[in-house]
Amino acid sequence: MNKFIKLIVVLTAFILITSSTGIADELVIKGSTTVLPIAQKTAEAYMAEHPSVKISLSGGGSGNGIKAIIDGTAQIGNASRFIKQKEVMLATGKGVYPVPFRVALDAIVPVVNNKNSVADLTLDQLKDIYLGKIKNWKEIGGTPGKIVVVSRDSSSGTFGVWKNLVMKKERVIPSALTVPSNGGIVQAVAGTPGAIGYVGLGYLNSEIKAVRVDGIKGSEENTLNGSFPISRGLFMFTKGWPKGETMGFISFVLSKKGQSLVKEAGSIPLF
Amino acid sequence: MLKRQVIDKGVHSGFLLIALFSITVLSLIVLFLFKEGIPIFEYVSIKDFVLGQYWYPTDDPADFGIFPLILGSVSVTLLSGIIAIPLGIMTAVYLAEIAPPKVAEIVKPIVELMASMPSVVIGFFGMVVVAPFIQQLFNIPVGLNMFNASLMLAFMSIPTICSLSEDAIFCVPAALKEASFALGATHFETIVKVIIPASLSGICTAVILGLSRAIGETMVVLMAAGGAAMIPGSIFDPVRPLPASIAAEMAEAPFGSEHYHALFAIGMVLFGFTFIFNLIADYISYKFRQVGEASL
Repeated sequence: MNKFIKLIVVLTAFILITSSTGIADELVIKGSTTVLPIAQKTAEAYMAEHPSVKISLSGGGSGNGIKAIIDGTAQIGNASRFIKQKEVMLATGKGVYPVPFRVALDAIVPVVNNKNSVADLTLDQLKDIYLGKIKNWKEIGGTPGKIVVVSRDSSSGTFGVWKNLVMKKERVIPSALTVPSNGGIVQAVAGTPGAIGYVGLGYLNSEIKAVRVDGIKGSEENTLNGSFPISRGLFMFTKGWPKGETMGFISFVLSKKGQSLVKEAGSIPLF
Repeated sequence: MLKRQVIDKGVHSGFLLIALFSITVLSLIVLFLFKEGIPIFEYVSIKDFVLGQYWYPTDDPADFGIFPLILGSVSVTLLSGIIAIPLGIMTAVYLAEIAPPKVAEIVKPIVELMASMPSVVIGFFGMVVVAPFIQQLFNIPVGLNMFNASLMLAFMSIPTICSLSEDAIFCVPAALKEASFALGATHFETIVKVIIPASLSGICTAVILGLSRAIGETMVVLMAAGGAAMIPGSIFDPVRPLPASIAAEMAEAPFGSEHYHALFAIGMVLFGFTFIFNLIADYISYKFRQVGEASL
């Protein structure tokens, strides 16, 4: 009799647990670590307004995000660069038509350690540092010391934009350290006196020092008026035209409330 | 046939099936690895892949040369072996021969506790605590490098090497030891000239298992080795061992692209390394095995 009761209790618990996962609507968002703070804030606000929706969010880089919507493991892919031609061909080859939504603007700001005296670099100097042609800080007016080049790994959209706009498609030197996220760059640069890296606007904080490019500071107004040379759009891609909760979420991000959350996250709202 | 014989045969077949299950799973994994890895060689020759010096898989045109990655793995494993092997074997000798039983009872579980620490915690420790420490201590530009990864990998290999070596040393027949004492040798001379050569087979197996664990370890090298796909010039250079490359890039390689196949080919190379390690371990344990027991 006792055993029978235990069996009933276990079965009931099992049914309750497994059924509760089927009730909520789930939205999976993957991709860029630059868009992540925006996605986090908007997801929290959206879930507060729509309690039946469960949004799960992860980073991994723009390449991961776009791949996730092609493979169908996510509904929204965050990307801090536009989709590449190769990715478009791969997607259409699988019958997937990626639809871009530009959700914010951003600037990529080169950063150095707080102890570094350099405050201004030209675009050519940045390129030469990342090519490995300039190896020591004294060559560009800082305190002598080896330049430790920190870059992002290949899945990063931030890296993709940096490669296009700063490196002009030339390769970063192999001895550059690679970190997997914007946060990783902040940590590496904050902990290494001779380091240089690059992050999106939303990740600038007191642990690292922003560097002006060609005399222009990376900021919202300089991006909007076009004077800052390393600016870009931040995108959310969906698989085909979004429907249901995906459409609801994207509309929320593009609404006035969503854009004010974009500003809170540190990036530049569209309007 | 008797019923008991039928049951016996049934039990034998049952155990055979269970053993075959492991073999089947392993062969399926190897098959899948080769199936997904071979297509890269339509795009780049084997020689260019293994000896090529530039790893730029997402460029246009891509470069798939894993020589810096192989060198990174080999150098990190060798350096961690240089640190871990003496420490592991000497700890094993201490625990098996020299320590009083009460001390051994405390030290052995602590060494085995080291083995149960999750590798991601060790990697995190290396990245956040050890990196700034060695940066300041050795006055080097950055603390995420080969030396850091090797230290953390040695930390992981020492319990493996120590446990297996200690068992091997413990299994040396007491008669050999007593004969050595009877001939007038000191404890130290006995350990160096009798006990260690007698347990060499077990110690070599332990060392090679520890090393093959180090070469395949992913989280530690992903976090602490620096991620630079370059041929290392000094032990304080950042490196990018093979498993770290796979872990960092697998999620973004589109299914079926060349990058995807290249990563599986790296997996094949890694599998080849561990396979060779195991072959060497088998050969050594066969060659140095003790035949006959030195007893009356």
